[in-house]
Amino acid sequence: MKYSIFSLAKAAMSGHRGWTRAWRDPVPKDRYDVIIIGGGGHGLATAYFLAKEYGIRNVAVLEKGWIGSGNAGRNTTIIRSNYMLPGNVGFYELSMKLWERMEQDLNYNTMVSQRGIINLYHSDAQRDAFARRGNSMRINGIDAELLDAEQIRKELPFLNYSNPRFPIMGGLMQRRGGTARHDAVVWGYARAANDLGVDIIQNCEVIGFQRTNGRITGVETTRGNIAAGKVGMAVAGSTSRVAAMAGLKLPIESHVLQAFVSEAIKPLIPGVVTFGAGHFYVSQSDKGGLVFGGDLDGYNSYAQRGNMPVMEDVCEGGMAIMPMLGRVRLLRQWGGIMDMSMDGTPIIDRTPVEGLYLNAGWCYGGFKATPGSGLVFAHLMARDEPHPEAALFRLDRFRRGAMIDEKGQGAQPNLH
Amino acid sequence: MSGYTESQPFSRTSAKEEDAGPRAVGNAQSHRLRTGGLIDRKAPLRFTFDGQVMTGYAGDTLASALIANGVKLVARSFKYHRPRGIMTAGSEEPSALVEMRSAARREPNTRATTQELYHGLVASSQNSWPSLRRDFMAINSLLSPIFVAGFYYKTFMWPAKFWETLYEPLIRRAAGLGKSAGQPDPDHYDKVWAHCDVLVVGSGAAGLSAALAAGRTGARVILVEEDTRLGGRLLSDGGEIDGMLAGEWLRETSAELEAMGNVRIMTRTALFGVYDGGTYAALERVNDHVPVPGSHQVRQRLWRIVAKRSVVAAGALERPIVFPGNDRPGVMMASAVRTYVNRFAAMPGRQIALFTNNDDGWRTAEAIQDAGGSVAAVVDPRGQIPAAYQAMAKASGLRMLSGVVSDIKGGVDGVRGIVVIGNDGRSQRISADCLAVSGGWNPNVGLSCFHRGRPVWHEDIAAFVPGDCPAGMTMAGAAKGEFSLGECLRDGHAAGAAAAADCGYHKNAGTSAQAGEEAYAISPLWQVKGKGKAFVDFQHDVTASDVTLAQREGYESVEHLKRYTTLGMATDQGKTSNINGLAIMAAASGRSIPETGTTIYRPPYAPVAIGAFAGHNRDENFHAWRLAPSHHWAAARGAVFVDVGLWKRAQWYPQPAEKDWLQSVSREVMAVRNGVGFCDVSTLGKVDVRGADAGVFLDRVYINAFSSLAIGKARYGLMLREDGIVMDDGTTSRLAEDHYFLTTTTAKAGVVMQHLEFCRQVLWPELDVQLSSATDQWAQFSIAGPKTRDLLQALCDPAEDLSNEGFPFMGAREVKLRGGVTARLFRISFSGEMAFEISVPARYGNAMAENLMIAGKPFSVTPYGTEALSVMRIEKGHVAGPELNGTTTADDLGLGKMMSRKKDFIGRIMAGREALTAPDRQVVVGIKPIDVQRRLRSGAHVIPKEELPGPDTDEGYVTSVCFSPTHNQWLGLGLVRRGRERYGEVVRIHDPLRNEDYEAEICSPVFYDPEGVRQRG
Amino acid sequence: MRIACPYCGEREVGEFSYLGDASPKRPHYTIDDGTDPVVLEEAFNEYVYLRDNVAGTMREYWYHGGGCRSWLIAERSTLTHEFKSVQAAPGAGAAKVTLQGE
Repeated sequence: MKYSIFSLAKAAMSGHRGWTRAWRDPVPKDRYDVIIIGGGGHGLATAYFLAKEYGIRNVAVLEKGWIGSGNAGRNTTIIRSNYMLPGNVGFYELSMKLWERMEQDLNYNTMVSQRGIINLYHSDAQRDAFARRGNSMRINGIDAELLDAEQIRKELPFLNYSNPRFPIMGGLMQRRGGTARHDAVVWGYARAANDLGVDIIQNCEVIGFQRTNGRITGVETTRGNIAAGKVGMAVAGSTSRVAAMAGLKLPIESHVLQAFVSEAIKPLIPGVVTFGAGHFYVSQSDKGGLVFGGDLDGYNSYAQRGNMPVMEDVCEGGMAIMPMLGRVRLLRQWGGIMDMSMDGTPIIDRTPVEGLYLNAGWCYGGFKATPGSGLVFAHLMARDEPHPEAALFRLDRFRRGAMIDEKGQGAQPNLH
Repeated sequence: MSGYTESQPFSRTSAKEEDAGPRAVGNAQSHRLRTGGLIDRKAPLRFTFDGQVMTGYAGDTLASALIANGVKLVARSFKYHRPRGIMTAGSEEPSALVEMRSAARREPNTRATTQELYHGLVASSQNSWPSLRRDFMAINSLLSPIFVAGFYYKTFMWPAKFWETLYEPLIRRAAGLGKSAGQPDPDHYDKVWAHCDVLVVGSGAAGLSAALAAGRTGARVILVEEDTRLGGRLLSDGGEIDGMLAGEWLRETSAELEAMGNVRIMTRTALFGVYDGGTYAALERVNDHVPVPGSHQVRQRLWRIVAKRSVVAAGALERPIVFPGNDRPGVMMASAVRTYVNRFAAMPGRQIALFTNNDDGWRTAEAIQDAGGSVAAVVDPRGQIPAAYQAMAKASGLRMLSGVVSDIKGGVDGVRGIVVIGNDGRSQRISADCLAVSGGWNPNVGLSCFHRGRPVWHEDIAAFVPGDCPAGMTMAGAAKGEFSLGECLRDGHAAGAAAAADCGYHKNAGTSAQAGEEAYAISPLWQVKGKGKAFVDFQHDVTASDVTLAQREGYESVEHLKRYTTLGMATDQGKTSNINGLAIMAAASGRSIPETGTTIYRPPYAPVAIGAFAGHNRDENFHAWRLAPSHHWAAARGAVFVDVGLWKRAQWYPQPAEKDWLQSVSREVMAVRNGVGFCDVSTLGKVDVRGADAGVFLDRVYINAFSSLAIGKARYGLMLREDGIVMDDGTTSRLAEDHYFLTTTTAKAGVVMQHLEFCRQVLWPELDVQLSSATDQWAQFSIAGPKTRDLLQALCDPAEDLSNEGFPFMGAREVKLRGGVTARLFRISFSGEMAFEISVPARYGNAMAENLMIAGKPFSVTPYGTEALSVMRIEKGHVAGPELNGTTTADDLGLGKMMSRKKDFIGRIMAGREALTAPDRQVVVGIKPIDVQRRLRSGAHVIPKEELPGPDTDEGYVTSVCFSPTHNQWLGLGLVRRGRERYGEVVRIHDPLRNEDYEAEICSPVFYDPEGVRQRG
Repeated sequence: MRIACPYCGEREVGEFSYLGDASPKRPHYTIDDGTDPVVLEEAFNEYVYLRDNVAGTMREYWYHGGGCRSWLIAERSTLTHEFKSVQAAPGAGAAKVTLQGE
C-alpha cells in the first residue's frame, strides 16, 4: 500500500485496520541467487539495490534477531560527506546524494534532515587540517564552508565563548549534513526490498557456510540450510565471527562505542555540532532528545555496553563547550559493536573465498554510508567488480600499503 | 507567614462533610489530613505552582503538597496534550512532570513525585499554551485518528523540500516537553569514589534487613536510598515487625545501623547504573531540596561506588491497567494513594474508587478508610473479597463490584466518575473523584538487567523476576518477586549475610526480623477493551490500539514495537508501561508474554543531569592546564599563550607599539637571526635511557643508528610505527656509555614513551635498558642566533669551553653555570642559526628565563614564542607536526636516506610495501607564491597550472606556512605528488574555501642557509 | 572496569591504555639472511594487521601509563568484560629482577 497523507486519512476512517505488514514474514526458500547475511541498514539496502538496479530479485536477507537490531538501530543518526581522502570523498558523497532522494525512492519518510553539521576547531593547526579537508570536499563538488569564530557565534550562539578551556576559533560546516531517523531507514529499505520480491528472514542466524570445491554454495542457519549463488556479509560488529566460519582472518577489531540521549526538551540545538578539542558531538532529534556521543571505550568488546569513564569524558566535553547542558538530564546510555578496521576505512570487496563477498570495517561511520554501501555492494555482487566509487576499499590494501587513513593513526583501531 | 492559613484542613472524622470539588484549588491544604503522616505541621512551606501560591509542610514532595491542596491537573501529555495528573509517588512517575526553578536554573521534566518541597519552591507546568487548563495544542486530540503510531513515516514526503522548511520545524516545535534553561548552569557538581564490601540498594524491609545482616558481620557496608529517608514501602504501608509497629522497628533498625562505624547510610542517593568490575554509579541530590545551593556547595554529587558484592532491594513497581480514559487526572496507582494518605497525610480524593485484580490493591481501601476517607467502591474482576479484608468490608459496608472499570467520566480537572461493567455484563456509573488502580506488581528488575541479563517470567505473580544478574549482585525482597513483609525481611537478611560472607566476613549476622506472610493472589488483567483511548505509555501517548497497529504492520518484535510506537522511550523509560505493552502485543500476536520478550534495560535507572557526569571538568577546567617552567615569567611579560595539547605555550611577546601578531613575530625572528633569542621548549618529551644495551635499544626504535654515536654528541633521530609510517622525530644525545637523553615532539611525548616501554618490556625484555620520563623534570630553553655563544659565556662558568672546537655542532654535555647549578647543554639548532638548547632542573625554569634576560642584556636578547620558532623551522625546511601527519614515510619527508640498511628497526619491513615506496607519492617540498604580496594559506590544494581542479588533478596541499621576514614574503611547505622532481614548476594553489586561486613555485623546502653554515659557525 | 595491576593493585581502567590482542608476535629476522622480502612482508602484515578478534576470552596488552608504566597482559572476556588474569609483560618492572623470576 502506498504511503501518503491520503492513504493515511483513508485508513483513519476505518480505524487503521486496513494496514498490512510492512514486509512479509516468509519461510526461507531452498535456494536464492544471492543471500545477504545481516538485516541491518547495509544488508537491506544491498538487497534493495540488487533488486532495483541490478535486476536480481531472488534474494534473501538473513537476520539473526530483528532487522535493525545491530548498529542500524543504535547509532546517533548523523549523515555527512565531509571526508578528505581519495576513496572516501567520492563514496560518501554518492551516499549523501542517495540520502537526498531516499524518501521518494522508498516511499517511506526516513526524516532525512539536512540541518547542517559543524566541526569546531580550536587551534591554527586544526583550522589548517579542516581547510585541507574542506578544500578536498569542494574540489570534489561537495559543499563545505570554513567559518571563523564570528560566523560560528552567529550559527551557534549558545556555545561557551566566555571561558572555554580551548577557545572556539571556527568550524568546518557542511550544510547538507544532518540526521536521519535510523530505524525508519531500516524499515523503509525492508519494505521497499520486500515489494521488489526480496525475502527478509528474521530470527535466522547463519551458523556455517556450505562449500563445494572451495566455493561458497550456501549457508547453514538456525532455520536450516539454504543454497545460494553468492553470499554477501553485511554484519558489522560480527564480521570477524562470521568470516571465521569461512576460514578468514581480517584486519578488523570489534570495539564498543557508546551513545547517549537526553530527556526530550524543546528545540535547543539546530544541527550537528562536534567539539574539536574533546570527545563530544551532539544533535537534537525531532522528538526533542539530545543525541550525543564521543570516543570509543577503547578495548575490544562484543558486550554492546560501555563503562563510566567514557560517559564522563563525553559529558565533560559537553560541559566544556555547552555549559547550558548542566541541568539537562541524560536519559539512556547504550553501546554498539564497532567494526573497527585498521585504517579507519571500510572494506567492500570480494574475499579470497569464491562466492563470498565482504562489506565490513565501517568503524563508527556506517550509518551515513547506508545507501551508498548498499548500492556499491550490490554492484560488486552483481558485476563481480567494484563500483567505481568504492574501488579503493579493497581488502588487500593493507598488504600493499595503500591504507586510507583519514586520522593518520595507523594500525591501531581504537584510535580511529 | 503570609499566604499560609490552616483553614479547612481535611479531617479524619469529618471528611464527608467537606464541600470541595475541583475548584478547591487554592484552598489551603483542603485535602490534608488533620493528623498522621511523616510531615512536620509546624514547618509550613510556601510554594508556587503555575503562579498559584500554596502551602505544604516539611516532609512533603511537590506532588504530595499539590494533592494536599486538591490540585489534580498538573501536566499535558507529549503528543495529544491530554490533561494529566499525578499517578505515582516515586521516580517511576510518567505524567506529573514540571519545570522547576527559573532562569539559568530552570529544570524541565522534573518529577513532582520526587521533588522535595522547600520554602519558596517555584514550579510550573510545561508543554501547554496559553495555559495548562486551556491548552491550544489539545487540538491534536482531534487529529488523533491521523496521529497514530508511526504516522509520520507514511507522510510528509511531498514535496521533498518541505521537510526541512515546513514539516520538520513544526514537528520539532511540537515535540519535546519542557524548555531547558539555555544558559550556563550556575551550579557545581562533584564526582567522588567510595569503596565497600557490600553495597545495599534500597532501604525498605529487605534492604534494611540486608544492611543489618552485613553490617553485623563487620563488613564495610554502604546503604543507598533514593528517598529522603529510610524505609521504602514501610513508610507507606506500615505493618508489624518483631511485634512492633513498622515505624518503631524502622527507628530501632536505623539507630542500630547508624551506630555501626562500618556502615555508611546515604539517603537522597539514587543508584542508577551498574558497570564492570563491581563499579556502581549513584547520584546524590545534595541541594535539590533548597532553592539555591549554599556558597561553596554542590548541587549534586556523582558517586562511583566500588563494591565487592551488592544486594539490590529496589522493591517493586505497581503497574496500571489499560482501559479507556485511564489517563485522566485522578487515576492513580493504588499504592501511591496509600503513600499519599499514610506518609503524607494527603487524601487524593473525596470519593475514591479502587480497581484491583490482586489482593494487595485492597490495602488501599483499608488505608483510605483508616484515615477517615471514603471509598466509593472496590472493583475487582475476581469477584470476591480477599479473606483478610472481609471483616473490614463488612464493618464499613464497602461497596464491592465484580467486574472491570471500562471508562472514566471527567474533564480537564480530572475524574468525576467511573463506568463499571460487571462480570454479569451490566454497566453502571459510579461517582468518584479519584480512581486507585492496581494491576499487580512488577519486581524492579532494571538494575539486574543492565549487563544484558534477561528477566524470567514468573506465572505465580504474573511478572518478570530477575534472571542473570551482573557479577557480584544479588536481588532481594520484592525486587526478586518476594512480596510478603516476612519474606522480604528474611530474604534481605539472608542476602546481606551471604554477601558479607563472600567478602570474608563470617561473624554472626544475627537473626532476621519476623513479620507476617500476607497473601498476594493475582489474576492478570492487562487491558479492558472498549471505546476511547486506553493508554499504555502515558507520557508518550501510546495507546493499546497503537500497539495492535504495530503488530498488524509487522513491527512485532518488542524492540520494533518500542521504536515504532515510542513505547517506553519517555523520561520514565517505560517503568509503568513496558510490561503492559508487551502483554498486549503478546495477546495480539498469539504468543505468550515470555515468548514476546522484553526490551533491553538501559542505564541510567532514572535520568541524571549531564552536569553531574562532568563534575568540575567543565568550562576552562575541562582539562588540566600544563604550564611550562617559565610560564609565570612569560605571563608577566605579557606573552600571548596558545594551547598545544594540554600545554599553554608562549606564542609571542607583543611589544607596546606593535599593531598585530605578525609584527611581533617578525621582530622576534629577526632578533634571533641577527642577534640572540631564547624560547622555552620544555614541552618537548624527554626520556632518560640507561643501561648497557641502551644503544642497541635505540638502534631498534630509530631508523638510524645510535649505538655508534660518540659520548658527548647528539643526533637527530626518526622513529617509525611498525606499519612503516613516521611516528616521531627528535634529538637524542649520548651523555655516557650507558646513558642517552632522548627528546620527542611535544604532541607525541606520551605516545612515544608508551611505545618505547612496549618495545622494552614486551618486544625485547632481554635488553638491559631502563627508561624514565623526564619531561617534567627539566626546563629546557632553546638559545639561538649569532650571539648565542656570547650569551652562554655570560651564563656559564668561565671554565666551560664553548668555542667551536670545545663545543662543536651536535655536541652535548653537562656544564656548570655561574652560581653552581649543573645544566645540560646541547648544540642543536631548529632555527638554522648557531644555537644551543640548555636544560636545568625544572624548578629553575622561571629563574633561568630571568637570568637569560639579565645575562643577555648586553646582546639585546629577545624572548621568542612558538610562532617565531615555527617561522624559522619553515624557513629552514624542517618538518614538524603538519608534515608528520601519520601518513607520511621517511622518504616522503626527504629523510629516506637516514634509514639504515644494516639493522632491523621498528617499521623497517612494512615501510618497504609497494604503495609506500611508489614513485608518485606526495613528498615534502617548498612552496613560494609567484606574487610576493600573496599570502599563502595552509590547507590550500596544489593543482597543475593548466588543469581544472578535480579529484584527478588534486596533487597535494600546503602543510605549513609562514610570513618569512628574511625573504619578506609568505613561504610554505607542502606535500606534492612527485614533488622533488618538480622544483621550479609553477603550479596552481587552489583554495575554494577561501575563494583564492593563485600561482606558486615548487622549490626546495630549505629557504634559509641551505649549506648550513650558520648553525655550524 | 578495574584492572588488578600486579605492581600497584586494583586500579580504575582510566589509568590504563589499551593496545589490543597479545597473540600476534613480532616476526624475528636477521638482516641479509636471505629471507625473501615478500615472505617477510607477509609475516609483518599478519603481525600488524590481522586479528582473530575473538568473542570470548582474549589475551591482550594494557599499559599502566597512569601508574607504574608497566605493560600488562590480561586475559579478559570480550563478551562480559570480566578479567580472568593480569600479568606483567616479561620485561615489566625492573627488568633484571623480573628476568630472574622467570
